[in-house]
Amino acid sequence: MASFYELTAYELHSMLQNGDITAEELIYSLFDRIQKTETKIKAYITLLKENAINQARLLDKKLRNSNFFGILAGIPIAIKDNICTKNIRTTCSSKMLDNYVPPYNATVIERILAEGGIIIGKTNMDEFAMGTTTESSYYQITHNPWSLEHVPGGSSGGSAAAVAADETILALGSDTGGSIRCPASFCNITGIKVSYGSISRYGLISYACSLEQIGPLTKDVRDCALLLNVLVGRDPYDSTTLNRPKIDFLATLDEDIKGLRIGIPKEFMGTGTAEAVSKAVWNAVHLLESFGVTYDEISIPLIDYAVPCYYIIAMSEASSNLARYDGIRYGYRVEKDEGEWNEIFAEDRLAFGPEVRRRIMLGTYALSAGYYDMYYLKALKVRTLLRNQFEAQFKSYDIILGPTMPTTPFKIGEMISDPLAMYRTDIDTVAANVTGLPAISIPCGFSDGLPIGLQLIGNSLQEELLLRVAYKFQQETDYHKKKPPIGG
Amino acid sequence: MHITKDQVEHIAWLARIKLTEEEKENYTKLFNDILDYFRKIDEVDTSNIDYTFHGVDIKNVFRDDTIRPSLPKEDIFKNVPKRKDNFVKAPRMV
Amino acid sequence: MGTAVEKDNMFSDSDEVLIGLEIHVQLTKLKTKLFCGCATDYRGKEPNTYVCPICLGLPGTLPVVNKKAIDFAIMVGLALECEIPSKTFFYRKNYYYPDMPKNYQISQYNKAGGVPIGLGGHVTIEINKQKKTINLTRIQLEEDPGRLTYLGSITSSDYTLVDYNRAGITLLEIVTEPDLRSPREARLFLQKLRSIIEHLGVADGSLEGSMRCDANISIRGGNRVEVKNISSFKAVQKALQFELIRQRRQKADGVKTVMETRHWDDEKGITISLRTKEEEHDYRYFPEPDLVPIEITPDWIEKIRNQMPELPDARRERFIRDYQIPPYDAGVLTSSKALADFFENCIKLYNHPKIISNWIMSDLLRHLNDLNIEINESTVTPEQFVNMLKYIDTGTISRRSAKKVLWDMIREGKPPEQIIQEDGHQRIGDENVIRQFVDEIFKEYPQAVQDAIKDDKAINFLSGQVMRKTRGTADPKITYQLIKEKIDLLRKKAN
Repeated sequence: MASFYELTAYELHSMLQNGDITAEELIYSLFDRIQKTETKIKAYITLLKENAINQARLLDKKLRNSNFFGILAGIPIAIKDNICTKNIRTTCSSKMLDNYVPPYNATVIERILAEGGIIIGKTNMDEFAMGTTTESSYYQITHNPWSLEHVPGGSSGGSAAAVAADETILALGSDTGGSIRCPASFCNITGIKVSYGSISRYGLISYACSLEQIGPLTKDVRDCALLLNVLVGRDPYDSTTLNRPKIDFLATLDEDIKGLRIGIPKEFMGTGTAEAVSKAVWNAVHLLESFGVTYDEISIPLIDYAVPCYYIIAMSEASSNLARYDGIRYGYRVEKDEGEWNEIFAEDRLAFGPEVRRRIMLGTYALSAGYYDMYYLKALKVRTLLRNQFEAQFKSYDIILGPTMPTTPFKIGEMISDPLAMYRTDIDTVAANVTGLPAISIPCGFSDGLPIGLQLIGNSLQEELLLRVAYKFQQETDYHKKKPPIGG
Repeated sequence: MHITKDQVEHIAWLARIKLTEEEKENYTKLFNDILDYFRKIDEVDTSNIDYTFHGVDIKNVFRDDTIRPSLPKEDIFKNVPKRKDNFVKAPRMV
Repeated sequence: MGTAVEKDNMFSDSDEVLIGLEIHVQLTKLKTKLFCGCATDYRGKEPNTYVCPICLGLPGTLPVVNKKAIDFAIMVGLALECEIPSKTFFYRKNYYYPDMPKNYQISQYNKAGGVPIGLGGHVTIEINKQKKTINLTRIQLEEDPGRLTYLGSITSSDYTLVDYNRAGITLLEIVTEPDLRSPREARLFLQKLRSIIEHLGVADGSLEGSMRCDANISIRGGNRVEVKNISSFKAVQKALQFELIRQRRQKADGVKTVMETRHWDDEKGITISLRTKEEEHDYRYFPEPDLVPIEITPDWIEKIRNQMPELPDARRERFIRDYQIPPYDAGVLTSSKALADFFENCIKLYNHPKIISNWIMSDLLRHLNDLNIEINESTVTPEQFVNMLKYIDTGTISRRSAKKVLWDMIREGKPPEQIIQEDGHQRIGDENVIRQFVDEIFKEYPQAVQDAIKDDKAINFLSGQVMRKTRGTADPKITYQLIKEKIDLLRKKAN
């Protein structure tokens, strides 16, 4: 009999509704679990046990005395530490925001709270979401529950590890260049980056505005759909959100996938892709084929340029987004009172880690006079072309498929000293960010005990289709059901 | 050689980032490698192609001219590192 | 400081002056800021009162455009005859300053794909009875930074104090071509611009700091100097005057004027070179990714055009046509909205436009100028002004007295009734009282009496003396009558 903390949100929802378990019991169960495993995983920066218990008690009372039963009622959820939570420390895993306490909630948080969700903690990440392994965190290294010597992926590594280790039922992450999907792949869980503009960014501490989206990290596709029902929708506080018609993502999950057409770009299966990964992906393709799905090998040549295109745009926007951190209104400020503005500004910014400082500098360079056309504007044109190529393919295919990451998880310390090598590993994920298209990662196998992720990319606003195919895959496989050994 | 050490120093100043001597050396090499990689996009023929500036293709998103409550002072100042009366205290300007 | 009032043409006429202005107008009639819902009436309030996560630039916050700001900007563009583009964008201007919470300003740009909300345009001014067109380059929207204050001066203060109440307020930047040829022209231009802005109802120029100006000035062939920190339109002429003389003196001395930015010190009345670090102004403009483009349809523009209030030039024409007042007077009356409104409000209460106009032009404005205040800074209301005119009509006070009454009204802020009573301006209509004065004058001026007996014309002199003695309050008709009666009597006796 599974412990409560091992269950999914969907399962717990009916149990809570039936009274089989109270919200308070669930919280206690979860925190017992956290106590046992967190010293090994180190997924959390801030744990909110007392807060969670109080919320749970209030909710239990509400559930007993009224008809209220929100979609997330009583469900514990972990939040990546770049999403603002009112009166709760939010650090972006950076010394710069070590003591920052936002006076407001991100819109996604308001939505979660309105549906009865219980926030149990803030999770570790790469500093300011810049990274692929969560190693650049100021605070701690998060360990992959599947192998403690390996990274959980990044930048939402803490959230993914927490879900994989059953240290939370649901989690939120953010995805700028693969930061939800990569850790989902490395930790054997499900994660989705929605079409750009589908989920509000208000309250997401910005890294690269035109590329990033908040999204769910969950144990399975059904939980993903559940959480999307809460998060997706226009927000008057975010001018870049779309006016999407309201959809119930759960309702269409088990519709038939027969006749759907899959395109597999050869650029996703290039020489950098590990053999085991390639094999697992092809096994998955053949399994889907057995459900009546057809596939073709295709070519999207601009994928080979997606990584430099992504980094130029991301770093340029980041250099501007991070300019506000001068230590005057919040954040790290050097103690001394003397000193002139520019001097203090630069000293305060020593609180940024090396990767952040490098990206700010490169972004500044790309936008600077004389280089703006060469880098930034050029990248924006490549972006258009990449988008056009994907759209052309979507005329003939419903889904574009490939591995989420070219390899299984790296060892801790393996990539961190070679930034350029690290950037290149984003080859499979960045195209979806640059084009704004939705993409999901689901578990599809193991190699030497390390997880492999399958990525499905859809046309704009076609999350339903992705969820449907992913759901069918999870009905017929049990990769996602496996639990990690957690170093023991 | 895309960028010299002098340029690295200049960019650091533009970005208000302080670098040690060692960093200036290391970053010069690293940046050149990275910029080399970035310049790969030169290979792409983008003549007559429009820019995509935004993540979405929407226009005219507005709000009404209706007053909303401002932040209470305690909320503003609880994160302010240095304060004098109701002002935020910043370093001197020159 | 006497240099400020020296004439424009102190040096040779071949030193042609080129002046361009960059004006920032706060759209004070907007209730909320440009990108957030904070209130905008921050003047006189405690620092950091009208601040929210968005205008404070807290991590994670995003801007959302105030639609009315766009409406207002389009309206100004139409009034200034700008070309309104079909698509306009916001851009980021990246620079670091403690008054800029995000260390970038959301603004507009006219290069690198950017299109501001109004292109070109012009304003017509009248100088030396001739019309002159001042061309504009563009108009654009941007957010105001916060305010910095120092303990002492900017150079001596140990730290800087920041108030973010003003951060995020809507600014409309208006840039002119270097078409202005003298500090006086600059002042007239600004006056006209302010009148247009106020007639449109988008801003109240009398609010402190609501209209700021940077100026570029050079002598043709010489280097251009930018003058910043001119915080009122009044100061613009002074600042430009000073700078012009400084440049002309340099030229006369054979010194080359340095191309630089200078800071206007209003207290000392001089421009100072700010010896700042060699700062690269690389603003790294790029389109604001958190905001989407604004598409301005012809329908939208038409709607705004149809809602546009009467502009100063049209109002001037109407004054000439409907009130039959001279063009020059109409021009002066419409040079400010407050004055034009005052004028028309008076007419509503007392339908004698020409009389009102004369009194405003000859007396009211003179007094206001002497005191260096504007019509809406004085306490005189249209009701009070009109009552004063009515007292003249009923004979309660003489025209001469009225001039003094008005002066007192302005200076002391009292209504006319009170002043008339207190200072004894009441016209003397009592015959017996006047007779006494007449008798006194006859005693004091015997020769004039003799002259009057010979010729009636000399009665005027005697009449004048009675007026003098009564400080203008004796009823002139009765005075004349009484004197004439007395003279006639004396003439009879003589014959």
